[in-house]
Amino acid sequence: MKASIFITCICDSFYPHVGEAMVRILEKQGVQLDFPPEQTCCGQPALNSGYWEDAREVGESLLKAFKNSEYVVAPAGSCVVAIKEHYPRMFAGHPEYQRQAQELAGKVYEFSEFLVKVLKVEDLGARFPQRVTYHSSCHSRRFIGVDPHVRVLLSNVRDLEYVPLTHEEACCGFGGTFAVKQPEISEAMVDEKVRNILETKAQVLVGTDLSCLMNIDGRLKKQKADVRVMHIAQLLDEGMKT
Amino acid sequence: MSNRPSMHFRDRAVKALKDDQMRQAVRKAVDRLSSNKDKAAQELPNWEEWREQAYRIRKHTVENLDYYLSKLTENVRKAGGQVHFAQTAEDARTIISGLCEHYEAKQVVKSKSMVTEEIHLNPALEKVGIKVMETDLAEYILQLAGETPSHIIVPAIHKNRQQIAELFSKVAGEEIKSDTPSLTAFARKILRSSFMTADVGITGCNFAIAETGSVTLVTNEGNGRLTTSLPKVVITVMGMERMVPTFEDLEAVLSVLPRNATGQKLTSYISVLNGPRRDAETDGCEKFHLVIVDNGRSHILADEEYRQALHCIRCGACFNVCPVYRQIGGHAYGSVYGGPIGSVITPLLENDLAFWGELPYASTLCGACGGVCPVKIPLHDLLLKLRQRRIDAGHTHVFEKFAFGMWRRFFKMPSTYKFAMKAASIGQKPLVTNGYIQAQLPLLANWTNSRYLPAAADRTFRDIWEKRKNSR
Repeated sequence: MKASIFITCICDSFYPHVGEAMVRILEKQGVQLDFPPEQTCCGQPALNSGYWEDAREVGESLLKAFKNSEYVVAPAGSCVVAIKEHYPRMFAGHPEYQRQAQELAGKVYEFSEFLVKVLKVEDLGARFPQRVTYHSSCHSRRFIGVDPHVRVLLSNVRDLEYVPLTHEEACCGFGGTFAVKQPEISEAMVDEKVRNILETKAQVLVGTDLSCLMNIDGRLKKQKADVRVMHIAQLLDEGMKT
Repeated sequence: MSNRPSMHFRDRAVKALKDDQMRQAVRKAVDRLSSNKDKAAQELPNWEEWREQAYRIRKHTVENLDYYLSKLTENVRKAGGQVHFAQTAEDARTIISGLCEHYEAKQVVKSKSMVTEEIHLNPALEKVGIKVMETDLAEYILQLAGETPSHIIVPAIHKNRQQIAELFSKVAGEEIKSDTPSLTAFARKILRSSFMTADVGITGCNFAIAETGSVTLVTNEGNGRLTTSLPKVVITVMGMERMVPTFEDLEAVLSVLPRNATGQKLTSYISVLNGPRRDAETDGCEKFHLVIVDNGRSHILADEEYRQALHCIRCGACFNVCPVYRQIGGHAYGSVYGGPIGSVITPLLENDLAFWGELPYASTLCGACGGVCPVKIPLHDLLLKLRQRRIDAGHTHVFEKFAFGMWRRFFKMPSTYKFAMKAASIGQKPLVTNGYIQAQLPLLANWTNSRYLPAAADRTFRDIWEKRKNSR
């Protein structure tokens, strides 16, 4: 099977090791990966702020990049949802782009969704002997429905002690530009998230969307809290090495 | 609709965030309401089908609103009532205070009604010398406190019982204890006597029924029933869209409304009024007036993108699940209707994207609101569209517009994107400690005041991929 990596700008520039972990896992499953270099960003910051013209111009890079891809896999649910939910509408008025957008919306997958739904892999043979809790990212949860995929993947990791997070579904307060446009509310939200995480006494917080994880990690680190924040691909990849 | 607050949304939110008592009361209440709602929905094996049915009824009603409004009018008149149309809030106030003066009313009792909040009815009545008494317990509390509702279903959600006991004690002139029986016993004593002496009862309207000309009130305290049966004159005020076509349609909307709102299968009282007392009847009001308020709704109706916002049955569930409402409560929105639905309808009702266009940004677009809506209004999507419309209409900050313009220039092509990332990775170097930018920096302050910012990687994924490809 062939698939293209949609790395997303945040993973590309802040968390390239998450991309590498994703590549190792997918290649072990026999997926032939490519990385179309035309891609930049899905345009979410502008899209969510109302600047659709700007978002459209940037989004065109993805249409070009994945024109010939069979599958597209990304380590971030919200970027996938931006394509699925908004691209067809964002490119309305440009018939050719809109067609490409609809096509892309039909073949783009969040990483854990791709593993479970497309590759039909639920057990990677990983071992991860730590106490882990899970933050369910809003877009991944509500618009793609990744929670069952994440749960089955985690449940098959040997020696992993899973602790449920109170209000796991509550938004962490990132919300794209919300975090900087309404920083005070955003802080209150991430603070409640962090309080709930600390209450679990988990060593690791795992999630499926790097922007949420960046926000939560940033708050945890500011408070000098000793919780490791990991993307699901990272956790599985580390678990497969042991 | 509303009196504009003087501060901007962000400043109002900052003020609210400092009110720990309010935030605690709100958190506690919304957690209870949401978990009750989940239980009630699970009890109904086909919850999603009920939602679908309620959605269809509301969609059909709103799409044929002119037809059903004329039916409703016809049938209210047939039942002996009178119908008045108010295009604006001012029209509505004039009609209602005119009616009160006509009936020489000195005292009015009111049951809970958001639309009368919307048209700012109470001050208008008081201005012409009429004493207004709110009879919904929470509304009564707010009337004493001189405050407005901070939630459409639980208006005094921001108050705890100690605060309520203090308010009641002031009225009583003696100490009223803060336990529920003491508080309700006191309110009952005061409210009962006002029902006996009121000349006019004013109610809101959960659902009018077009085919029968009836008005349905959903209450828990029985005050709705007293308001409509003791005074000689009853005036019901309804938002123009608050209607279902047939009596049978009530089943679906009344199945989802209390469950979604408070987790109740049924509220304690569901009252259906069919006009004034007929000749052979022993009770009921002598005169019935229905005031149908537009106040910007036609404007929403005409707009295909946002028409769905009129499907709302005011259950308040979107408030209860909203992570922003949870932190700031309802008053910070500054509008009569807060929460996600208020952030959608306020700029539309006001037809003002410049000032009220701030409200659609009072959301992380997490989607919890749309997910819980009993009539499937895609609230998160409407919030997003309003942002788009606001920017398209030119209501933008110079700095923000410039920033997105720069972002577009660098991010639209891989070459310039790579350049920008490289520049960031090199430029940040003096600021990075242990992989994070920790200091609070002027340009990044809104992030770094509360969070560390991860340092951009020395080598991006695309660099790594490129190198790997070349080494193969």
